[in-house]
Amino acid sequence: MTTRTPEETVTAAEPLRALLWDALLAGDEYAAADVLFAALDDGLSAEEALLDVIGPVQAEVGLGWAAGRLSVVQEHAATAMNDRIIAALAHRSPPPGEGRGRIAVACVEGEWHALPARLLAETLRLRGWRVDFLGAQAPTPHLIAHLHQTGPDLVALSSSIPTRLPTAHAAITACQAAGVPVLAGGAAFGADGRYARLLGADGWAPDARSAADVAAGGLGVPSGAVLHEPVDDLPHLADQEYTLVSRGRTRLVRETVDGLDDRFPAMRGYTERQRERTAEDIAHIVDFLATALYVDDDALFTSFLVWTAGILEARGVPARSLTPALELLGEPLRDFPRATRLLRRGGVALTGG
Amino acid sequence: MDVTKSSTIGAPRARTGRTAAPGAWDEAPCPVLVADAAGAVVTANAHATALFPAAVPGAPLSDAVPEWLGAAHRAAVAGQEPGDAVSGAVGERVYRAVARPAAGGGSRGAGAAGLVWWLSDDTGRAEAEAALAVERARTAFLSEASNALLATLNTERCMEVTAQLAARHLADGVVVVLPGAGRRTPLAWAVDGGGSTRALLALDPAEVPGLAEALQGFPPVPSRWIDPGALPTWAVPEEFDGPVCAVAVIPLPGHGVPAGALILLRREGKRGFTEPEEVFARLFAARAGAALSAARMYAEQAAVTQTLMRELLPPRLEQIRGVEFAGGYRASERGERVGGDFYDVHPTAGEAGASLVVLGDVCGKGLDAAVLTGKIRNTLQALLPMADDHPRVLRMLNDSLLSSHHTRFATLVLASAVREGDAVRLDLTSAGHPPPLLVRADGTVEAADTRGSLVGALPEVEATTARVTLRAGETCLLYTDGVTEARGGPFGDRMFGEERLREALAECAGMPAEAVVERVQMLAAQWVGAGEHDDMAMVAVTVPRKSPGGVVSAAGRGRGSA
Repeated sequence: MTTRTPEETVTAAEPLRALLWDALLAGDEYAAADVLFAALDDGLSAEEALLDVIGPVQAEVGLGWAAGRLSVVQEHAATAMNDRIIAALAHRSPPPGEGRGRIAVACVEGEWHALPARLLAETLRLRGWRVDFLGAQAPTPHLIAHLHQTGPDLVALSSSIPTRLPTAHAAITACQAAGVPVLAGGAAFGADGRYARLLGADGWAPDARSAADVAAGGLGVPSGAVLHEPVDDLPHLADQEYTLVSRGRTRLVRETVDGLDDRFPAMRGYTERQRERTAEDIAHIVDFLATALYVDDDALFTSFLVWTAGILEARGVPARSLTPALELLGEPLRDFPRATRLLRRGGVALTGG
Repeated sequence: MDVTKSSTIGAPRARTGRTAAPGAWDEAPCPVLVADAAGAVVTANAHATALFPAAVPGAPLSDAVPEWLGAAHRAAVAGQEPGDAVSGAVGERVYRAVARPAAGGGSRGAGAAGLVWWLSDDTGRAEAEAALAVERARTAFLSEASNALLATLNTERCMEVTAQLAARHLADGVVVVLPGAGRRTPLAWAVDGGGSTRALLALDPAEVPGLAEALQGFPPVPSRWIDPGALPTWAVPEEFDGPVCAVAVIPLPGHGVPAGALILLRREGKRGFTEPEEVFARLFAARAGAALSAARMYAEQAAVTQTLMRELLPPRLEQIRGVEFAGGYRASERGERVGGDFYDVHPTAGEAGASLVVLGDVCGKGLDAAVLTGKIRNTLQALLPMADDHPRVLRMLNDSLLSSHHTRFATLVLASAVREGDAVRLDLTSAGHPPPLLVRADGTVEAADTRGSLVGALPEVEATTARVTLRAGETCLLYTDGVTEARGGPFGDRMFGEERLREALAECAGMPAEAVVERVQMLAAQWVGAGEHDDMAMVAVTVPRKSPGGVVSAAGRGRGSA
């Protein structure tokens, strides 16, 4: 049992994932829990249950929702059930003791996808750490107060949404200033962890298993972090483009929606709710533009646009409708060289250039 | 330099010189040494021979002068640029030497160009430079120490940092001792700039001379009074190899009260602690003590806050007898955990065994409002025996609020939930509060038909109760107006509004209670973005789609493929 190779684990977990998926979509929490408990009785380890069954199924749920295959209800219900199954698993597999030290697991403020962090928290607990799981939506001041009160060996910080990167950066800097190293993880930090490095995280891990391995190796204590400020990592912020774009978000959105009204007479017939949807899409573009300015990475913006275009096509909206929005955003930002460059590259990416 | 004196010393030697030593060198106010390319002394003036008695003409230079100068001569002869000053020790003093090519090398043979070494006593400068370097290192250390110590408000971490810093710069081994909490004393050990270990031990500080005094804030005992051989085992780190030769006990002064003490240890073979070193250690100790004291005060404050806050925090909700309850709370102030909104779920309140849900909103925000919510929650707790009679509960709560000195008022909703077969019967009563929203299985959202006056403002309260039935997959959401009045959205200034809340809830039919709350919280939070908002609280009462042991319903699958 303990000598199973990774390939064998994958093979063993495959049918379990299918069973769990079916139970979750049927909204049957008890059947879902039974799938895992029966597998545990058959020798599946608790860590495998978390990371090879629940984790991949949850990722599939997220993808299914993004692709419109699952409804909001199904996504939320499946997530809530997975969460409760994880709690039941924790109850069933008591940790081997707490000899290893203490870790705080937190999501970046504004992050609602708590499940990946939850899976990591349980994995760390199974590996003998004392874990404080601060959950989703923990404001950074709460996290810092927690660090001062408990003095953990490290903070594992999770973020899935790239637009939270500036907030993540503030949290990383604050944790380090409190003398605690930060292990970053989650899709927001890039598939290769490039943004984790850029924002000065002490470590990065692509998944819960490697995060637990990194934690076991230790990250040391961040040095001289007291005098460290976000702009020290990102000297390009001195051009103020990020600050001005994120501060002027509301105005940029309004002006762009008004501009679209002028260009497309059809939009004048939109209901208030339809206009709001359009404004939400534009607000999203502005948020990603601001984030790309923050990390100074064109790919963050262009890949978002290409992804949005795909979603719009799926909704039956032609992707070329994004191009005028980019042009309209470019007008008030024409004196900002980096923003102008991003919008131009974005336009090129959309036209398949 | 006394030229007259030196020339009288130099003169006889110059006269007895065997080679053509120009007496002119004796006029030089400093030691001058001429040596040829082969490394033999050509001449030395009186100052030079006073310094190097063996430097007589013809003698090998390397025998007559210290190695650093001999090496410099060989290097210079071997073709390196002369002119680079070298310096080194001569006895107790430090000399600086500059080489210049000797003029008129012909007298010393063809090709054997010699060098004239001009020496100057550089002891003062070298000492000043050494002192400056030491001061710079100390300033850098103190600055680094301040940074590292300021970083944390955690007492244990602060102890560790103190031990590590001291073991890197002040001593070979360090023990940090904090005033004991109860019978046990917190200790941290570090050796040679390595990591640190911590423990709580029952010990007697009086075992180390001067320690008990230092922990009480008395002046430190001179290091020489402490017998290194008589230290108890806890006063020497485990990794400290070899016997201790010197011990210093340095008090850690806090903010007016002793914050602890440092025990500094030196290994055998090293000198003891000098007075300047002890003075410097006290400079470090002042910073470490202040940091430890701040950390201790923070911990005490945090503990007090935590204890008081425990009663005010919204409770964690769970399933009670076949009814799901889930709550969500977001305080208006970003750093706060509590505010003027509150909720509670009391299992088996009243005679019928119904659970009572209370959700309310006290006017005002922040801690003041939170304290009043605590009072209301306590009062309601006392009124639980009559929980089935909502109007009566509200009247008594109203009387109680009117008679208290608080001038604030509150709005609230009461919900009594009891399971009846597959369904749940709900009695809902609003007292000046937005009526709860009912999410039906088909996605219809309706407001419960209840209204009433707020409590704590008028002598009489009126309220009507709505009785509704929830079936499997249906939810009743109790919420405060912080949710609907949240301003934001893509245009920045619009209210979230009941309409948007209803739309969101329409998608929530069939969801577990927690998922409903999470969904609404997420939408509201995304709506306000980084903007300001009031406290937001909500409780979802949901009838699970399946009870434990129930059959998988076909409805779930049908929706899944849609």
